[in-house]
Amino acid sequence: MNLSEILKFAIDLLAVLLLALGIKGLSKVRSAREANRLAAIAMTLAVIGVFVDSFLNSSISVISLIWIGFGSVVGAFLGMLVAKRVSMTAMPETVALFNGCGGMSSLLVALAVAISPFSSSPEELGTLLVERISIVISIFVGSITFTGSIVAMAKLQGWLSTPAWMLSKVRHVINIGLAVLSLVAIGSLLSGSGSGIWLLVIGSAVLGIGVTLPIGGADMPVVISLLNSYSGVAAASAGFVVGSQLLIVAGAMVGAAGLILTQVMCNGMNRSLISVLFGGALGSTISSGDSDSGEYKNITSCSVEECALTLEAAERVVIVPGYGLAVAQAQHTLREVTRALEGSGIEVVYAIHPVAGRMPGHMNVLLAEADVPYEQLKEMDVVNPDFPATDVVLVLGANDVVNPQAKNDPTSPLYGMPVLDVQEARTVFVVKRGMSAGYSGIKNDLFDLSNTSMVFGDAKKVLGELLLELKELGISGKA
Amino acid sequence: MSFLSEAFWVLLLGSLLGLELIGKVPPTLHTPLMSGANAISGITMLAALTLIIKAGSNIPLLVMGSISLAFALFNVVGGFLVTDRMLAMFSRKKSHK
Repeated sequence: MNLSEILKFAIDLLAVLLLALGIKGLSKVRSAREANRLAAIAMTLAVIGVFVDSFLNSSISVISLIWIGFGSVVGAFLGMLVAKRVSMTAMPETVALFNGCGGMSSLLVALAVAISPFSSSPEELGTLLVERISIVISIFVGSITFTGSIVAMAKLQGWLSTPAWMLSKVRHVINIGLAVLSLVAIGSLLSGSGSGIWLLVIGSAVLGIGVTLPIGGADMPVVISLLNSYSGVAAASAGFVVGSQLLIVAGAMVGAAGLILTQVMCNGMNRSLISVLFGGALGSTISSGDSDSGEYKNITSCSVEECALTLEAAERVVIVPGYGLAVAQAQHTLREVTRALEGSGIEVVYAIHPVAGRMPGHMNVLLAEADVPYEQLKEMDVVNPDFPATDVVLVLGANDVVNPQAKNDPTSPLYGMPVLDVQEARTVFVVKRGMSAGYSGIKNDLFDLSNTSMVFGDAKKVLGELLLELKELGISGKA
Repeated sequence: MSFLSEAFWVLLLGSLLGLELIGKVPPTLHTPLMSGANAISGITMLAALTLIIKAGSNIPLLVMGSISLAFALFNVVGGFLVTDRMLAMFSRKKSHK
């Protein structure tokens, strides 16, 4: 080892250390922000390492620098723009978009090396088998990550919905066909011929679409997390392609950590990874089976005014925010309502189900954005024992996470999923636009209970009216 | 062969490290953690950089490398910034108290 190699080695080692500390710190609330910065510093160091290496070996040309400058300015500028502009409600699709681009990057590197290898002749795909394998994995995984993430983003944005035929068994046949096609291409590439490369690119790209398209909205976060893990795998195999230890270790860390996170999320939603990937939309099979359970017998609906009167008389109120609240972007109005209630001495807490919002943990981000004090957000296990001592529960656009079926009905597909026991409270108001079912497509037994009243309307509109009613009753946040 | 055998050790140890690092994550942090890990996966920008540097005057390689670098940096810069935006909201709440 000469001096430049030692310097490069030291920089890389430090980068890996900081990356590991970054990932570790991101899993704790207190250290998360610093950890994120640490990881960003590590990435910067890693880039410096590449430059130090090439400058010391004087192998970097002006043309290269121009192309580097061009690519980095465009990418960094667009990334900054998106990150600053995007709304907090749109976080799941933003993460998907970024992730897809990471996959695309690995795909392009491998493709470039494959099409025009540094040393070997263009007819052959690398001389070593391992070289070929790593190129093939980068292309395969990178392509799936890219198209899968883009489909996930489009679905979450509402630009794309699942075509009906995609929910039938036909999709398995198509996807298996695509997988076989990709395998054939992989086989030909591994045997040393470079001719199957476009077949692999297209086959795996379409496979990414075919696998992601049938997946229902509730399962999307799990898929994004899994794709995130894939993009780590793609990065690690790109590391084999260009011969970078740093890339391999960082990619492997992301790949493994992503896998764990995916598993943790699945547990939180009471879903197995297999059923997410192959089950498609859960509701489509259930609702056709037992149609009679989908009818409500004992619905009470009430006006916003009644709701306001009950709230005014309460001592302790629990708010259950859900997906509907996020969609209506009503978290700021909600914050004003709770300020008004607190102003007149009513205790208000938020009950956060682990999968409330559009992805696990998303609701915490949304409420934090609306200035809700961190201490008022109670996790499910903490808040559940307190429901019997609660006067009023306000359910805002949440559905499956408050369905008592999950506890009472062993035949229900929701059975076993941890839920908020809101029915234990004295009065429950459910703010909802209509009687439509939640993601699961299952009837919510809560709505039929005698202590539950429905307040129909868009969450933002209802909360706005509620605020006016409370002011008329003499309750205002400024008190 | 020495790079390869080393590389596999690195792969193995890196994976184990990744598995070990994410133990108990509170649900609060699922979204930021996913977004942060996502940004790190943009480390593939190093591969794009290496590609461009080694490409010499080979135009197709330079172009592909540059596009690849743009995608990766979009991932990295966007990912870290958006994660920071989310986490800033949490920490602001804490400092209030």
